[in-house]
Amino acid sequence: MKHLLDTASLTREDAVAILDIAEEMAQVGEREVKKLPVLRGRTVVNLFFEDSTRTRLSFEAAAKRLSADVLNFSAKGSSVSKGESLQDTVQTISAMGADAIVVRHSAAGTAQRLADTGWIDVPVVNAGDGTHEHPTQALLDAFTLRRALGGFPASGAVKDGPRGKGLDGATVAIVGDILHSRVARSNVHLLDRLGADVHLIAPPTLLPWGAETWPVTIHYDLDEAIAGQDFDAVMMLRVQHERMHESFFPNAREYARLWGLSEARLRALPESAFIMHPGPMNRGFEISAAAADSPRALVLDQVENGVSVRMAVLYRLLTGQEETID
Amino acid sequence: MTERTVLDAADMRRAMTRIAHEIIEGNKGTDDLVLLGIPRRGVPLATRLGELIADISDRPQGAPGLVGSLDITMYRDDLRSNAYRAPAPTDIPGEGVDGTTVVLVDDVLFSGRTIRAALDALSDLGRPAKVRLAVLVDRGHRDLPIRADHVGKNLPTSSSERVNVSLAEIDGTDAVTISGGRE
Repeated sequence: MKHLLDTASLTREDAVAILDIAEEMAQVGEREVKKLPVLRGRTVVNLFFEDSTRTRLSFEAAAKRLSADVLNFSAKGSSVSKGESLQDTVQTISAMGADAIVVRHSAAGTAQRLADTGWIDVPVVNAGDGTHEHPTQALLDAFTLRRALGGFPASGAVKDGPRGKGLDGATVAIVGDILHSRVARSNVHLLDRLGADVHLIAPPTLLPWGAETWPVTIHYDLDEAIAGQDFDAVMMLRVQHERMHESFFPNAREYARLWGLSEARLRALPESAFIMHPGPMNRGFEISAAAADSPRALVLDQVENGVSVRMAVLYRLLTGQEETID
Repeated sequence: MTERTVLDAADMRRAMTRIAHEIIEGNKGTDDLVLLGIPRRGVPLATRLGELIADISDRPQGAPGLVGSLDITMYRDDLRSNAYRAPAPTDIPGEGVDGTTVVLVDDVLFSGRTIRAALDALSDLGRPAKVRLAVLVDRGHRDLPIRADHVGKNLPTSSSERVNVSLAEIDGTDAVTISGGRE
Protein backbone atom coordinates (compact mmCIF):
# COMPACT_ATOMS: atom_id res chain seq x y z
CA MET A 1 0.00 0.00 0.00
CA LYS A 2 1.55 3.27 -1.07
CA HIS A 3 -1.46 5.63 -0.90
CA LEU A 4 -4.95 5.67 0.59
CA LEU A 5 -7.08 7.28 -2.11
CA ASP A 6 -10.42 5.51 -1.84
CA THR A 7 -12.14 2.50 -0.34
CA ALA A 8 -13.34 1.22 -3.73
CA SER A 9 -9.89 -0.25 -4.42
CA LEU A 10 -9.12 -1.26 -0.83
CA THR A 11 -9.01 -5.03 -0.32
CA ARG A 12 -10.72 -6.67 2.63
CA GLU A 13 -7.31 -7.82 3.92
CA ASP A 14 -5.88 -4.29 3.88
CA ALA A 15 -9.03 -2.86 5.46
CA VAL A 16 -9.07 -5.41 8.29
CA ALA A 17 -5.32 -4.92 8.78
CA ILE A 18 -5.83 -1.16 9.22
CA LEU A 19 -8.70 -1.73 11.68
CA ASP A 20 -6.50 -4.17 13.64
CA ILE A 21 -3.61 -1.69 13.80
CA ALA A 22 -6.14 0.90 14.99
CA GLU A 23 -7.01 -1.44 17.89
CA GLU A 24 -3.36 -1.22 19.01
CA MET A 25 -3.36 2.55 18.48
CA ALA A 26 -6.45 2.89 20.69
CA GLN A 27 -4.38 1.48 23.59
CA VAL A 28 -1.94 4.39 23.39
CA GLY A 29 -4.56 6.87 24.63
CA GLU A 30 -4.67 5.11 28.02
CA ARG A 31 -0.95 4.88 28.62
CA GLU A 32 1.40 6.89 30.77
CA VAL A 33 3.10 8.33 27.66
CA LYS A 34 0.45 8.90 25.00
CA LYS A 35 2.89 8.89 22.11
CA LEU A 36 4.67 6.35 19.93
CA PRO A 37 8.09 7.02 18.40
CA VAL A 38 7.13 5.53 15.02
CA LEU A 39 7.33 8.66 12.84
CA ARG A 40 9.97 10.59 14.79
CA GLY A 41 11.76 13.04 12.52
CA ARG A 42 9.22 12.75 9.73
CA THR A 43 6.82 15.39 8.49
CA VAL A 44 3.16 15.01 7.65
CA VAL A 45 1.60 17.86 5.68
CA ASN A 46 -2.12 18.55 5.99
CA LEU A 47 -3.20 20.26 2.76
CA PHE A 48 -6.74 21.51 3.26
CA PHE A 49 -8.25 23.36 0.33
CA GLU A 50 -11.68 23.01 1.88
CA ASP A 51 -13.00 23.86 5.35
CA SER A 52 -12.70 21.19 8.00
CA THR A 53 -12.42 21.13 11.75
CA ARG A 54 -12.59 17.56 12.88
CA THR A 55 -10.79 15.83 10.03
CA ARG A 56 -7.84 18.20 10.08
CA LEU A 57 -7.54 18.16 13.87
CA SER A 58 -7.93 14.40 13.86
CA PHE A 59 -5.13 13.90 11.33
CA GLU A 60 -2.99 16.39 13.25
CA ALA A 61 -3.56 14.56 16.54
CA ALA A 62 -2.87 11.22 14.85
CA ALA A 63 0.43 12.39 13.33
CA LYS A 64 1.52 13.98 16.60
CA ARG A 65 0.76 10.84 18.62
CA LEU A 66 3.11 9.04 16.24
CA SER A 67 5.76 11.73 16.97
CA ALA A 68 5.67 13.21 13.45
CA ASP A 69 6.04 16.91 12.77
CA VAL A 70 2.92 18.41 11.27
CA LEU A 71 2.63 21.27 8.80
CA ASN A 72 -0.87 22.61 8.30
CA PHE A 73 -1.92 24.36 5.15
CA SER A 74 -5.34 25.82 4.56
CA ALA A 75 -6.23 27.49 1.30
CA LYS A 76 -7.84 30.44 3.04
CA GLY A 77 -5.26 33.18 3.49
CA SER A 78 -2.68 31.36 1.36
CA SER A 79 -1.17 32.09 -2.05
CA VAL A 80 -3.99 30.08 -3.60
CA SER A 81 -6.01 33.30 -3.37
CA LYS A 82 -3.23 34.94 -5.44
CA GLY A 83 -3.87 32.39 -8.18
CA GLU A 84 -1.25 29.72 -7.39
CA SER A 85 -2.09 26.41 -9.07
CA LEU A 86 -2.53 23.08 -7.29
CA GLN A 87 0.72 21.77 -8.78
CA ASP A 88 2.75 24.77 -7.61
CA THR A 89 1.17 24.77 -4.17
CA VAL A 90 1.85 21.08 -3.65
CA GLN A 91 5.39 21.19 -4.99
CA THR A 92 6.24 24.27 -2.93
CA ILE A 93 5.08 22.61 0.24
CA SER A 94 6.74 19.29 -0.50
CA ALA A 95 10.00 21.15 -1.17
CA MET A 96 9.92 22.09 2.51
CA GLY A 97 10.25 18.39 3.27
CA ALA A 98 7.09 16.30 3.45
CA ASP A 99 7.06 12.56 4.08
CA ALA A 100 3.31 12.23 3.58
CA ILE A 101 0.54 14.44 2.31
CA VAL A 102 -3.00 14.47 3.63
CA VAL A 103 -5.19 16.30 1.17
CA ARG A 104 -8.75 17.61 1.13
CA HIS A 105 -10.11 19.43 -1.90
CA SER A 106 -13.51 20.29 -3.31
CA ALA A 107 -12.62 18.64 -6.63
CA ALA A 108 -13.11 14.89 -6.93
CA GLY A 109 -9.89 13.10 -7.90
CA THR A 110 -7.46 15.57 -6.33
CA ALA A 111 -5.76 12.92 -4.18
CA GLN A 112 -5.54 10.57 -7.17
CA ARG A 113 -3.97 13.37 -9.20
CA LEU A 114 -1.30 14.01 -6.56
CA ALA A 115 -0.55 10.28 -6.44
CA ASP A 116 -0.38 9.78 -10.22
CA THR A 117 1.21 12.88 -11.72
CA GLY A 118 4.68 12.50 -10.27
CA TRP A 119 4.59 16.05 -8.89
CA ILE A 120 5.55 14.57 -5.55
CA ASP A 121 6.86 11.17 -4.50
CA VAL A 122 5.35 10.60 -1.06
CA PRO A 123 2.32 8.71 0.22
CA VAL A 124 -0.96 10.57 -0.29
CA VAL A 125 -3.95 10.19 2.01
CA ASN A 126 -7.32 11.34 0.73
CA ALA A 127 -9.09 13.33 3.44
CA GLY A 128 -12.09 14.02 1.22
CA ASP A 129 -12.22 14.94 -2.47
CA GLY A 130 -15.41 16.65 -3.61
CA THR A 131 -18.33 14.26 -3.60
CA HIS A 132 -16.07 11.30 -4.44
CA GLU A 133 -14.59 9.59 -1.36
CA HIS A 134 -13.51 10.09 2.24
CA PRO A 135 -11.83 6.76 3.04
CA THR A 136 -10.62 7.44 6.59
CA GLN A 137 -14.17 8.39 7.62
CA ALA A 138 -15.44 5.05 6.30
CA LEU A 139 -12.63 3.22 8.11
CA LEU A 140 -13.41 4.91 11.42
CA ASP A 141 -17.12 4.15 10.93
CA ALA A 142 -16.26 0.51 10.28
CA PHE A 143 -13.97 0.44 13.31
CA THR A 144 -16.72 1.90 15.53
CA LEU A 145 -19.33 -0.49 14.14
CA ARG A 146 -17.07 -3.52 14.48
CA ARG A 147 -16.58 -2.62 18.15
CA ALA A 148 -20.24 -1.81 18.88
CA LEU A 149 -21.73 -4.80 17.05
CA GLY A 150 -19.20 -7.15 18.66
CA GLY A 151 -20.43 -6.11 22.10
CA PHE A 152 -17.26 -4.14 22.94
CA PRO A 153 -17.05 -0.56 24.22
CA ALA A 154 -17.40 1.56 21.07
CA SER A 155 -14.25 3.57 21.79
CA GLY A 156 -11.25 3.58 24.10
CA ALA A 157 -8.71 0.86 24.79
CA VAL A 158 -9.98 -2.72 24.69
CA LYS A 159 -7.62 -5.57 25.54
CA ASP A 160 -9.09 -8.36 23.44
CA GLY A 161 -10.86 -6.36 20.78
CA PRO A 162 -12.51 -7.75 17.63
CA ARG A 163 -9.24 -8.22 15.76
CA GLY A 164 -9.26 -9.96 12.39
CA LYS A 165 -13.01 -9.65 11.93
CA GLY A 166 -15.11 -7.84 9.33
CA LEU A 167 -18.75 -6.78 9.60
CA ASP A 168 -20.22 -9.96 8.18
CA GLY A 169 -23.98 -10.23 8.57
CA ALA A 170 -24.55 -6.64 9.78
CA THR A 171 -27.41 -4.67 8.21
CA VAL A 172 -26.54 -0.99 7.89
CA ALA A 173 -28.71 1.86 6.62
CA ILE A 174 -27.28 5.08 5.18
CA VAL A 175 -29.92 7.80 5.18
CA GLY A 176 -30.18 11.20 3.51
CA ASP A 177 -28.07 13.21 1.11
CA ILE A 178 -26.28 10.35 -0.67
CA LEU A 179 -25.78 12.46 -3.80
CA HIS A 180 -23.36 14.94 -2.25
CA SER A 181 -21.85 12.57 0.28
CA ARG A 182 -18.34 11.26 -0.13
CA VAL A 183 -18.81 9.60 3.25
CA ALA A 184 -21.67 7.53 1.80
CA ARG A 185 -19.63 6.46 -1.24
CA SER A 186 -16.66 5.39 0.85
CA ASN A 187 -18.92 3.60 3.30
CA VAL A 188 -20.86 1.72 0.61
CA HIS A 189 -17.68 0.17 -0.79
CA LEU A 190 -16.03 -0.55 2.55
CA LEU A 191 -19.12 -1.93 4.30
CA ASP A 192 -19.79 -4.20 1.33
CA ARG A 193 -16.15 -5.34 1.29
CA LEU A 194 -16.38 -6.15 5.00
CA GLY A 195 -19.49 -8.29 4.46
CA ALA A 196 -22.27 -5.95 5.62
CA ASP A 197 -25.67 -5.67 3.94
CA VAL A 198 -25.98 -2.00 2.93
CA HIS A 199 -29.26 -0.11 2.48
CA LEU A 200 -29.49 3.41 1.06
CA ILE A 201 -32.55 5.42 2.09
CA ALA A 202 -33.03 8.77 0.35
CA PRO A 203 -35.36 10.87 -1.76
CA PRO A 204 -34.82 10.10 -5.46
CA THR A 205 -33.43 13.62 -6.00
CA LEU A 206 -30.62 12.96 -3.54
CA LEU A 207 -29.45 9.66 -5.03
CA PRO A 208 -26.65 9.79 -7.61
CA TRP A 209 -26.85 8.40 -11.12
CA GLY A 210 -25.71 4.81 -11.14
CA ALA A 211 -26.50 4.11 -7.48
CA GLU A 212 -28.51 1.09 -8.66
CA THR A 213 -25.25 -0.52 -9.83
CA TRP A 214 -23.77 -0.32 -6.30
CA PRO A 215 -23.93 -3.37 -4.03
CA VAL A 216 -26.85 -1.88 -2.06
CA THR A 217 -30.62 -2.05 -1.57
CA ILE A 218 -32.32 1.29 -2.27
CA HIS A 219 -35.40 2.57 -0.40
CA TYR A 220 -37.33 5.77 -1.09
CA ASP A 221 -39.32 5.83 2.14
CA LEU A 222 -37.66 5.98 5.54
CA ASP A 223 -40.65 4.73 7.57
CA GLU A 224 -41.24 1.79 5.24
CA ALA A 225 -37.58 0.86 5.35
CA ILE A 226 -37.48 0.99 9.15
CA ALA A 227 -40.65 -1.13 9.33
CA GLY A 228 -39.37 -3.66 6.81
CA GLN A 229 -35.80 -4.21 8.04
CA ASP A 230 -34.09 -4.85 11.36
CA PHE A 231 -31.19 -2.45 11.05
CA ASP A 232 -28.13 -2.97 13.23
CA ALA A 233 -27.00 0.59 12.62
CA VAL A 234 -28.31 3.71 10.94
CA MET A 235 -25.94 6.34 9.56
CA MET A 236 -27.53 9.73 9.15
CA LEU A 237 -25.85 12.01 6.62
CA ARG A 238 -25.56 15.77 6.83
CA VAL A 239 -27.54 17.66 4.20
CA GLN A 240 -24.80 19.51 2.37
CA HIS A 241 -26.29 22.91 1.60
CA GLU A 242 -22.91 24.22 0.43
CA ARG A 243 -22.93 21.79 -2.48
CA MET A 244 -26.59 22.31 -3.40
CA HIS A 245 -26.99 24.68 -6.28
CA GLU A 246 -30.56 23.78 -7.12
CA SER A 247 -33.48 22.59 -5.05
CA PHE A 248 -33.54 18.91 -4.18
CA PHE A 249 -36.46 19.02 -1.76
CA PRO A 250 -39.24 21.59 -1.18
CA ASN A 251 -38.06 22.98 2.15
CA ALA A 252 -36.17 22.15 5.30
CA ARG A 253 -39.28 21.39 7.34
CA GLU A 254 -40.50 18.83 4.84
CA TYR A 255 -37.05 17.20 4.71
CA ALA A 256 -36.91 16.97 8.50
CA ARG A 257 -40.41 15.49 8.59
CA LEU A 258 -39.83 12.87 5.87
CA TRP A 259 -36.12 12.10 6.19
CA GLY A 260 -35.05 13.21 9.64
CA LEU A 261 -34.36 10.71 12.42
CA SER A 262 -37.10 11.88 14.75
CA GLU A 263 -37.85 10.59 18.22
CA ALA A 264 -40.72 8.48 16.83
CA ARG A 265 -38.45 6.85 14.22
CA LEU A 266 -35.83 6.27 16.90
CA ARG A 267 -38.47 4.30 18.84
CA ALA A 268 -39.47 2.38 15.71
CA LEU A 269 -35.89 1.15 15.21
CA PRO A 270 -34.80 -2.09 16.90
CA GLU A 271 -33.78 -1.56 20.52
CA SER A 272 -30.25 -2.64 19.66
CA ALA A 273 -29.74 -0.39 16.62
CA PHE A 274 -26.86 2.10 16.81
CA ILE A 275 -27.09 5.68 15.51
CA MET A 276 -24.15 7.16 13.64
CA HIS A 277 -23.43 10.54 12.07
CA PRO A 278 -20.18 11.71 10.46
CA GLY A 279 -20.70 15.25 11.77
CA PRO A 280 -21.14 18.11 11.83
CA MET A 281 -24.78 17.47 12.80
CA ASN A 282 -27.70 19.73 11.90
CA ARG A 283 -29.81 19.09 14.98
CA GLY A 284 -33.54 19.19 14.36
CA PHE A 285 -32.96 18.72 10.64
CA GLU A 286 -31.57 15.33 9.57
CA ILE A 287 -31.26 14.18 13.19
CA SER A 288 -33.34 15.04 16.23
CA ALA A 289 -31.77 15.95 19.53
CA ALA A 290 -33.36 12.83 21.01
CA ALA A 291 -31.49 10.63 18.53
CA ALA A 292 -28.22 12.56 18.71
CA ASP A 293 -28.12 12.38 22.51
CA SER A 294 -29.48 8.86 22.91
CA PRO A 295 -27.26 6.23 24.55
CA ARG A 296 -27.29 4.36 21.24
CA ALA A 297 -25.64 7.26 19.43
CA LEU A 298 -22.00 6.59 18.54
CA VAL A 299 -21.20 10.10 17.27
CA LEU A 300 -18.53 10.93 19.86
CA ASP A 301 -17.07 7.42 19.67
CA GLN A 302 -16.67 7.97 15.93
CA VAL A 303 -14.68 11.14 16.59
CA GLU A 304 -12.48 9.45 19.20
CA ASN A 305 -11.84 6.43 16.97
CA GLY A 306 -10.95 8.76 14.09
CA VAL A 307 -7.61 9.50 15.72
CA SER A 308 -6.75 5.80 16.20
CA VAL A 309 -7.77 4.91 12.65
CA ARG A 310 -5.76 7.78 11.12
CA MET A 311 -2.75 6.75 13.22
CA ALA A 312 -3.16 3.25 11.76
CA VAL A 313 -3.32 4.61 8.20
CA LEU A 314 -0.20 6.75 8.67
CA TYR A 315 1.61 3.81 10.28
CA ARG A 316 0.61 1.51 7.42
CA LEU A 317 1.71 3.95 4.71
CA LEU A 318 4.87 5.33 6.32
CA THR A 319 6.60 2.26 7.72
CA GLY A 320 8.11 -0.64 5.88
CA GLN A 321 9.50 -0.77 2.40
CA GLU A 322 7.30 -2.47 -0.08
CA GLU A 323 7.20 -3.24 -3.72
CA THR A 324 4.35 -1.16 -5.06
CA ILE A 325 2.42 -2.57 -7.95
CA ASP A 326 0.95 0.41 -9.75
CA MET B 1 21.39 -27.90 4.59
CA THR B 2 22.06 -29.55 7.90
CA GLU B 3 19.93 -29.02 10.94
CA ARG B 4 20.90 -30.23 14.36
CA THR B 5 18.83 -30.21 17.51
CA VAL B 6 20.45 -28.48 20.46
CA LEU B 7 17.51 -28.63 22.90
CA ASP B 8 14.68 -31.15 22.86
CA ALA B 9 11.37 -30.89 24.72
CA ALA B 10 12.78 -32.35 27.98
CA ASP B 11 15.83 -30.04 27.86
CA MET B 12 13.57 -27.06 27.32
CA ARG B 13 11.36 -28.04 30.25
CA ARG B 14 14.36 -28.36 32.55
CA ALA B 15 15.79 -25.03 31.42
CA MET B 16 12.47 -23.27 31.93
CA THR B 17 12.03 -24.82 35.39
CA ARG B 18 15.50 -23.60 36.37
CA ILE B 19 14.73 -20.09 35.11
CA ALA B 20 11.48 -20.11 37.10
CA HIS B 21 13.43 -20.97 40.28
CA GLU B 22 16.01 -18.28 39.52
CA ILE B 23 13.32 -15.65 39.03
CA ILE B 24 11.64 -16.46 42.36
CA GLU B 25 15.01 -16.51 44.12
CA GLY B 26 16.14 -13.23 42.56
CA ASN B 27 12.84 -11.55 43.41
CA LYS B 28 12.63 -13.16 46.90
CA GLY B 29 9.15 -14.50 46.14
CA THR B 30 6.52 -13.47 43.66
CA ASP B 31 5.44 -10.09 45.10
CA ASP B 32 5.27 -7.29 42.51
CA LEU B 33 6.48 -9.67 39.83
CA VAL B 34 5.36 -9.22 36.22
CA LEU B 35 6.43 -11.44 33.33
CA LEU B 36 6.13 -9.80 29.92
CA GLY B 37 6.59 -11.97 26.85
CA ILE B 38 7.79 -10.34 23.65
CA PRO B 39 5.71 -11.50 20.63
CA ARG B 40 5.66 -13.93 19.08
CA ARG B 41 7.51 -16.70 20.83
CA GLY B 42 8.25 -14.82 24.02
CA VAL B 43 4.54 -14.81 24.87
CA PRO B 44 3.99 -18.58 25.26
CA LEU B 45 7.35 -18.83 27.04
CA ALA B 46 6.20 -16.19 29.56
CA THR B 47 2.93 -18.09 30.03
CA ARG B 48 4.88 -21.30 30.74
CA LEU B 49 7.18 -19.51 33.20
CA GLY B 50 4.09 -18.10 34.91
CA GLU B 51 2.64 -21.60 35.33
CA LEU B 52 5.96 -22.99 36.59
CA ILE B 53 6.32 -20.12 39.06
CA ALA B 54 2.77 -20.71 40.33
CA ASP B 55 3.60 -24.43 40.74
CA ILE B 56 6.79 -24.00 42.77
CA SER B 57 5.90 -20.92 44.81
CA ASP B 58 3.12 -20.39 47.34
CA ARG B 59 1.39 -18.13 44.84
CA PRO B 60 -2.26 -19.20 44.51
CA GLN B 61 -2.89 -21.10 41.29
CA GLY B 62 -4.62 -18.94 38.72
CA ALA B 63 -4.06 -15.69 40.62
CA PRO B 64 -4.30 -12.89 38.07
CA GLY B 65 -1.73 -10.31 37.16
CA LEU B 66 1.52 -12.21 36.64
CA VAL B 67 1.87 -12.72 32.89
CA GLY B 68 1.37 -10.31 29.98
CA SER B 69 2.83 -9.38 26.65
CA LEU B 70 4.80 -6.40 25.39
CA ASP B 71 4.78 -5.62 21.69
CA ILE B 72 7.87 -3.81 20.45
CA THR B 73 6.95 -3.34 16.77
CA MET B 74 6.44 0.42 17.08
CA TYR B 75 9.79 0.81 18.84
CA ARG B 76 11.97 -1.03 16.34
CA ASP B 77 14.90 0.85 14.83
CA ASP B 78 14.35 -0.69 11.39
CA LEU B 79 10.71 0.29 10.81
CA ARG B 80 11.60 2.34 7.73
CA SER B 81 14.18 0.09 6.15
CA ASN B 82 12.59 -3.34 6.57
CA ALA B 83 9.31 -4.81 5.35
CA TYR B 84 6.04 -3.63 6.89
CA ARG B 85 5.19 -5.33 10.16
CA ALA B 86 1.77 -5.57 11.76
CA PRO B 87 1.85 -4.70 15.44
CA ALA B 88 0.81 -7.34 18.00
CA PRO B 89 -1.24 -6.73 21.13
CA THR B 90 0.35 -5.45 24.32
CA ASP B 91 -1.32 -6.72 27.46
CA ILE B 92 -0.11 -5.41 30.80
CA PRO B 93 -1.55 -7.46 33.67
CA GLY B 94 -2.88 -6.05 36.92
CA GLU B 95 -2.33 -2.46 37.90
CA GLY B 96 0.45 -1.66 35.44
CA VAL B 97 4.22 -1.80 35.73
CA ASP B 98 4.94 1.06 38.16
CA GLY B 99 7.12 -0.16 41.02
CA THR B 100 7.11 -3.80 39.90
CA THR B 101 9.90 -6.13 38.91
CA VAL B 102 9.38 -6.76 35.21
CA VAL B 103 10.96 -9.84 33.68
CA LEU B 104 11.11 -9.55 29.90
CA VAL B 105 10.86 -12.97 28.26
CA ASP B 106 12.04 -13.77 24.73
CA ASP B 107 13.11 -16.86 22.85
CA VAL B 108 16.50 -15.90 21.40
CA LEU B 109 18.90 -13.14 22.46
CA PHE B 110 20.98 -12.12 19.44
CA SER B 111 21.78 -8.51 18.48
CA GLY B 112 20.05 -7.07 21.55
CA ARG B 113 18.03 -4.64 19.39
CA THR B 114 14.71 -6.23 20.32
CA ILE B 115 15.49 -5.77 24.01
CA ARG B 116 16.56 -2.16 23.42
CA ALA B 117 13.15 -1.61 21.80
CA ALA B 118 11.41 -3.42 24.66
CA LEU B 119 13.10 -1.18 27.24
CA ASP B 120 11.91 1.90 25.34
CA ALA B 121 8.38 0.50 25.06
CA LEU B 122 8.38 -0.31 28.77
CA SER B 123 9.46 3.18 29.81
CA ASP B 124 6.47 4.62 27.91
CA LEU B 125 4.15 2.38 29.94
CA GLY B 126 5.41 3.32 33.38
CA ARG B 127 8.37 3.05 35.72
CA PRO B 128 9.19 -0.46 36.92
CA ALA B 129 11.40 -0.75 40.01
CA LYS B 130 13.57 -3.33 38.23
CA VAL B 131 13.74 -4.85 34.77
CA ARG B 132 15.23 -8.31 34.21
CA LEU B 133 15.68 -10.35 31.07
CA ALA B 134 15.03 -14.08 30.66
CA VAL B 135 15.76 -15.84 27.35
CA LEU B 136 15.59 -19.43 26.28
CA VAL B 137 18.73 -19.19 24.13
CA ASP B 138 21.59 -16.70 24.14
CA ARG B 139 23.42 -17.08 20.84
CA GLY B 140 25.89 -14.20 21.22
CA HIS B 141 26.79 -11.60 18.54
CA ARG B 142 25.48 -8.58 20.43
CA ASP B 143 25.27 -5.18 18.68
CA LEU B 144 24.38 -3.36 21.90
CA PRO B 145 25.57 -3.48 25.54
CA ILE B 146 22.73 -5.75 26.72
CA ARG B 147 22.89 -9.03 28.65
CA ALA B 148 20.37 -11.52 29.99
CA ASP B 149 19.83 -12.26 33.69
CA HIS B 150 18.37 -15.72 33.12
CA VAL B 151 19.50 -17.90 30.23
CA GLY B 152 18.13 -21.33 29.31
CA LYS B 153 21.16 -22.22 27.21
CA ASN B 154 24.22 -20.34 26.05
CA LEU B 155 24.70 -21.36 22.45
CA PRO B 156 27.94 -20.41 20.71
CA THR B 157 27.04 -19.85 17.05
CA SER B 158 28.60 -18.35 13.95
CA SER B 159 26.70 -15.32 12.67
CA SER B 160 25.80 -17.14 9.46
CA GLU B 161 23.92 -19.87 11.33
CA ARG B 162 20.21 -19.74 12.09
CA VAL B 163 18.74 -20.60 15.47
CA ASN B 164 15.17 -21.90 15.18
CA VAL B 165 12.95 -22.11 18.23
CA SER B 166 9.80 -24.22 17.87
CA LEU B 167 7.12 -24.08 20.55
CA ALA B 168 4.20 -26.45 20.91
CA GLU B 169 1.74 -23.51 21.19
CA ILE B 170 2.77 -22.08 17.80
CA ASP B 171 4.68 -24.73 15.87
CA GLY B 172 3.29 -27.97 17.30
CA THR B 173 6.55 -29.23 18.84
CA ASP B 174 9.15 -28.09 21.36
CA ALA B 175 12.70 -27.91 20.00
CA VAL B 176 15.65 -25.61 19.43
CA THR B 177 17.68 -26.34 16.30
CA ILE B 178 20.60 -24.77 14.45
CA SER B 179 20.74 -24.73 10.69
CA GLY B 180 22.83 -23.21 7.91
CA GLY B 181 26.29 -21.82 8.40
CA ARG B 182 29.48 -22.53 6.48
CA GLU B 183 30.54 -26.16 6.77
